[in-house]
Amino acid sequence: MFAEYTASELTSIFAMQGFAGLILFSVFVLMALGLAIIFGQMGVINMAHGEFMILGAYVTYLVSHLFADYMPESLYNSYFLIAMVLAFFVAGALGAFVEWAMIRHLYKRPLDTLLATWGLSLIMQQTYRTVFGAREVGVVLPDWLMGSVQLTDMIEIPINGIFVMILTVVITIGVAIMMQRSRLGKQTRAVVQNRPMAAAVGINTEKVDRLTFALGCGIAGIAGSAFTMIGSTGPTSGQLYIVDTFLVVVFGGAASLLGTVASAFTISQAQSTMEFFLSGSMAKVLTLLTVVGILMLRPEGLFTLKIRR
Amino acid sequence: MNNITEFIARNRYSHMIILALLLAVVLPLSMDIFRLNLVGKYLTYAFVALGLVLCWGYGGILSLGQGVFFGLGGYCMAMFLKLEASSPENTQIQSTPGIPDFMDWNQITELPWFWEPFHSFGFTLVAVLVVPALFAFIIAVAMFKRRVGGVYFAIITQAIAAILTILIIGQQGYTGGVNGITDLRTLNGWDIRTDSAKYVLYYVNVVLLFACIFIAGFVVKSKLGRLLVAMREREDRVRFSGYDVSNFKIFVFCLAAMISAIGGAMFTLQVGFMSPSFVGIVPSIEMVIFCALGGRLSILGAVYGTLLVNFAKTSFSESFPELWLFAMGALFIGVVMAFPNGLAGIYQTYIEPRLISKKKGYEKEDPKKKDDNPALANPEEEKTHA
Repeated sequence: MFAEYTASELTSIFAMQGFAGLILFSVFVLMALGLAIIFGQMGVINMAHGEFMILGAYVTYLVSHLFADYMPESLYNSYFLIAMVLAFFVAGALGAFVEWAMIRHLYKRPLDTLLATWGLSLIMQQTYRTVFGAREVGVVLPDWLMGSVQLTDMIEIPINGIFVMILTVVITIGVAIMMQRSRLGKQTRAVVQNRPMAAAVGINTEKVDRLTFALGCGIAGIAGSAFTMIGSTGPTSGQLYIVDTFLVVVFGGAASLLGTVASAFTISQAQSTMEFFLSGSMAKVLTLLTVVGILMLRPEGLFTLKIRR
Repeated sequence: MNNITEFIARNRYSHMIILALLLAVVLPLSMDIFRLNLVGKYLTYAFVALGLVLCWGYGGILSLGQGVFFGLGGYCMAMFLKLEASSPENTQIQSTPGIPDFMDWNQITELPWFWEPFHSFGFTLVAVLVVPALFAFIIAVAMFKRRVGGVYFAIITQAIAAILTILIIGQQGYTGGVNGITDLRTLNGWDIRTDSAKYVLYYVNVVLLFACIFIAGFVVKSKLGRLLVAMREREDRVRFSGYDVSNFKIFVFCLAAMISAIGGAMFTLQVGFMSPSFVGIVPSIEMVIFCALGGRLSILGAVYGTLLVNFAKTSFSESFPELWLFAMGALFIGVVMAFPNGLAGIYQTYIEPRLISKKKGYEKEDPKKKDDNPALANPEEEKTHA
């Protein structure tokens, strides 16, 4: 299958597909980060995670319209930063509410959490459809995100892609530092590793649970906000990604952030490289099959934390 | 009157007889064939819900991919019917007569090898049961022998449902793609689209459903059923007692897959087509709510749960389509948060004690008692929905 291409063409193809893979990788990482915190750390299955992401995307859409309608034109270029912060807080606040109203009653029944959050995702989807309509919406990018960088004759890289990738790196490092160094991160890990002892040394475990869940949802909101840079948003966009995202988290080893990043990289690169040579659906089938196959051989995932439960 | 209600609540088979009367006499007499055919379609989902009672309610294994087995059973049957419908005489206008029309549209000139055996009706009947069971067996052995369970199993079965859907849609030439296998006409020369055929198929469906209910009841009452419950509650203890836990899980998962596949095959026969929209993640998880609403521990409850949710879905989507997803979402949350044992749980807690004046002889753990039947609570409700 490589015969009909010259060497330089092949290099370009791999570079371009590799880059497309990197954008997919960014989306996976941003979505999976929130899930890695909620599922990996707390063991809660949040099937509505995709919908929290879409919430962030809709917040960004609304903010961009507010800026376009009511703000001076010169400010439009900076709407994205405000939208992202707002998306984080809106999704986080909703997450905290959902944890309080629903999740906290179900910690002992993980399978039931799964069903309840699926119900939540249906309600959220229909809400989006009622409020924003069934059609997909997109935002107008600020000028500085338009266009692309020409590397060689054949390799061309869009600027919004680069921006999303830089954003991903910054957020990932931020989350990693926060989980390792901050008070909340330390408390979260303490609660995960040994809940009774964490409570015994004076950590308010319920509060930590709520903040952790809100944080995971907030990061999903940021992911959705970044998602508007590269694609349009519809009421069911979140559902498209949820299975992929869960596989990324499980494949990486649920409790390890590094594993999540590594598995997001593997899956996205495999998929986008194969997509060029096979049809898109076969590439996806092969990738998912490989992941499921590896998970059957190594259920604990790529990276594991050895902790006593 | 008291004696009758007491008899109903105490007799082992009374609930089953009531369901049988409802399905075999009341519904066919009170509905036209169009509505009855719809009920028949719902009842094919009840097979899946029944399988879920066994593997989720009793075995504690939540599979979010039961649509896969429903679909496999349905596709096996659809392949046979499609081959019969695309005989060389019927397909003379195609560039290659004798192959299904969607293959001809996709420039395929020869019948693929895995379609060949489906010329035989006997082989098809075997395949409907064996193909899904074999598929379930492979998944179950790989997962349960490595002690993967709980939410991981749920996620992986969901991924498998996603994979199969993408595969079916992507391989349009071999599977009919997103439209599925349509335009099915005859079964061994017998036209399945006539009203009389629909009546016959409805009754075949009801009989098969009851056969599966008896099998499920037998499994639940047997020692195996006890072990499944023990395993669900304390897997380690069962393992330490010397049982090979994974084999029980594999068995119950394969049994659930086979029961779902029968439902799928009956679906194809009654509705006249099969498509990937019954295989994927969304239908699979909807089937879980049928089971959860009826009561995850109640075999008959699964049937009532399926009927109620589907009647509600049909009437909602006819009058207020935008409200249906809200109602469905609320149903998921409400059942899980407030009534983990579903309608059967409500019946047992609030209604059955009133029917029985004396508590004597009431065994809480008797599985038969769990199969109680919410229809007593609202026998009229189902008819009004219809």
